[in-house]
Amino acid sequence: MTLYWEEEMETLPRVGLESIQLKRLQHLVARVYKTVAPYREKMDAAGVKPEDIQSLADLAKLPFTVKEDLRDNYPFGLFTVPMDQVVRVHASSGTTGKPTVVGYTKKDLETWSGLMARALTLAGVTAKDMVHNAYGYGLFTGGLGAHYGIERLGATVIPVSGGNTKRQITIMKDFKSTVLLATPSYALNLAETMETLDVDPKSLSLRVGVFGAEPWSENMRDEVERKLNIKAVDIYGLSEVMGPGVSMQCLEGEKGMHIFEDHFLPEIIDPDTGEVLPPGEKGELVFTTLTKEAFPIIRYRTKDISRLMYDTCACGRTLVRMEKVTGRTDDMLIIRGVNVFPSQIEHVLMGTEGVEPHYQIVVNREGNMDTMAVEVEVSEDIFSDEIKALENLTKRIQMDIKDMLGVTCRVKLVEPRTIQRSEGKAQRVIDNRKL
Amino acid sequence: MRVEQIAVFLENKSGRLAEITARLAEENINIRALSVADTADFGILRLIVDDVEKAKKTLKSNGFTVGITNVIAVEVADKTGGLAGVLKTIEAERLNVEYMYAFVNKTGENAVLIFRFDDMDKAIESLQRTGYTILSGEQICAL
Repeated sequence: MTLYWEEEMETLPRVGLESIQLKRLQHLVARVYKTVAPYREKMDAAGVKPEDIQSLADLAKLPFTVKEDLRDNYPFGLFTVPMDQVVRVHASSGTTGKPTVVGYTKKDLETWSGLMARALTLAGVTAKDMVHNAYGYGLFTGGLGAHYGIERLGATVIPVSGGNTKRQITIMKDFKSTVLLATPSYALNLAETMETLDVDPKSLSLRVGVFGAEPWSENMRDEVERKLNIKAVDIYGLSEVMGPGVSMQCLEGEKGMHIFEDHFLPEIIDPDTGEVLPPGEKGELVFTTLTKEAFPIIRYRTKDISRLMYDTCACGRTLVRMEKVTGRTDDMLIIRGVNVFPSQIEHVLMGTEGVEPHYQIVVNREGNMDTMAVEVEVSEDIFSDEIKALENLTKRIQMDIKDMLGVTCRVKLVEPRTIQRSEGKAQRVIDNRKL
Repeated sequence: MRVEQIAVFLENKSGRLAEITARLAEENINIRALSVADTADFGILRLIVDDVEKAKKTLKSNGFTVGITNVIAVEVADKTGGLAGVLKTIEAERLNVEYMYAFVNKTGENAVLIFRFDDMDKAIESLQRTGYTILSGEQICAL
């Protein structure tokens, strides 16, 4: 029997769902138009007024919102409520160094924790569970977003956050964790560490893993399931829309994640023309939030490639499913759960005296961890006959990148003209992860 | 009394050293001394050659990153304690050796020590004061 968190909303017939969505959309557009100047200006420029939204199809009349809009209005310019009503902010990395900031009212946090509780219920998690939350706590939405959902559900949360892997395994063993929340690459890291510590996963109480925040393949899912002896399910979310809990895979159905459509309105568009594509076609995923207060977003282009599946699901939920994200329309990389844009690396390199703009980012999955190497050509300006000087240079670049992105990378100096010069757009990234 | 040394950046992959020596040979450039310093990822080749400008031009035009630095060449008798004596002077003056390498001249009587110090002027002054022979670039090539 399927477990539901809010059965009525999860199993609404499409007609009923769409009528709720339209009402919420109209309310949202009217409110945003009135309170947020950048949205109003864009709508005016596109010649669309809130009263033009008469059906869900009219959504296509509204202008898109992109990450640059968040940057241009940094930090709080797109918030719709005064700051005294904002009780929390989160941030993710932006494309040029400034993070993109999102905010939540008290009610937003209630909505979010409710949706996260709903997501966990899809994975069969109940109040009886001991949930090991290894998502990073902090500005990143993963840790805290999941945390309050687990509490809302009534399960026990172990807020271990990331890192200190050996201790995590001890805790998992001693506290009898039944559910693991982590990035898939960290889950594999845990599995590998168990092997070296001679801990048999079968001796643990783990039953299910909820994995997200970075792309992972079906092969990786099989590996996680086999190595940790658990069922591995997908969760999807992004801070601009809310955080984890935008969509979630159920245990009963085939692959794909149910989008919580009573709160988020999805579209699939052609990334080149911006045109809305018919159901079932692959394209860029676009979200409009329907219930958020502090930071609603209209037609946000996620740059994630997916498709929507409207067929009925074995779990009985009528909520549309999105396919596992298979790619990006931009050059964003996700390294160990952290968003990395090549432009951020470039920013650091250009800020280092003497470094020329010839660089390449090489991403690998070594063992189970994503690794990033930045290859920089050695110009005469930075060259020295002393090893010490060159090593100090690579260390400095490494630290600057770590400061900016929070990701440790290897900086490798290479001979001049060894990085391929492309005609037109430079090939900055070599991703060998085969996702 | 300094000698010009060519330093070349080398990626740690096969054939790089062979490539450099082949290009220098084509241009009739003679290598008098060399050393390679290496890390896991890269190396630095240091060369004393008979024609610094030509060597630099040749290597640059073949795509290498080249730098020229000044080093000190000290001549000592090729016998037990030769290097120890020089280093004793260095230590007494509290000078720091950044790197060094050595070769023996053709007659086999003397050894030439190539040094890079943190304070080059002070090093030259102290070595001369203690009676060591410091060679010029021409002298090295004439050996």
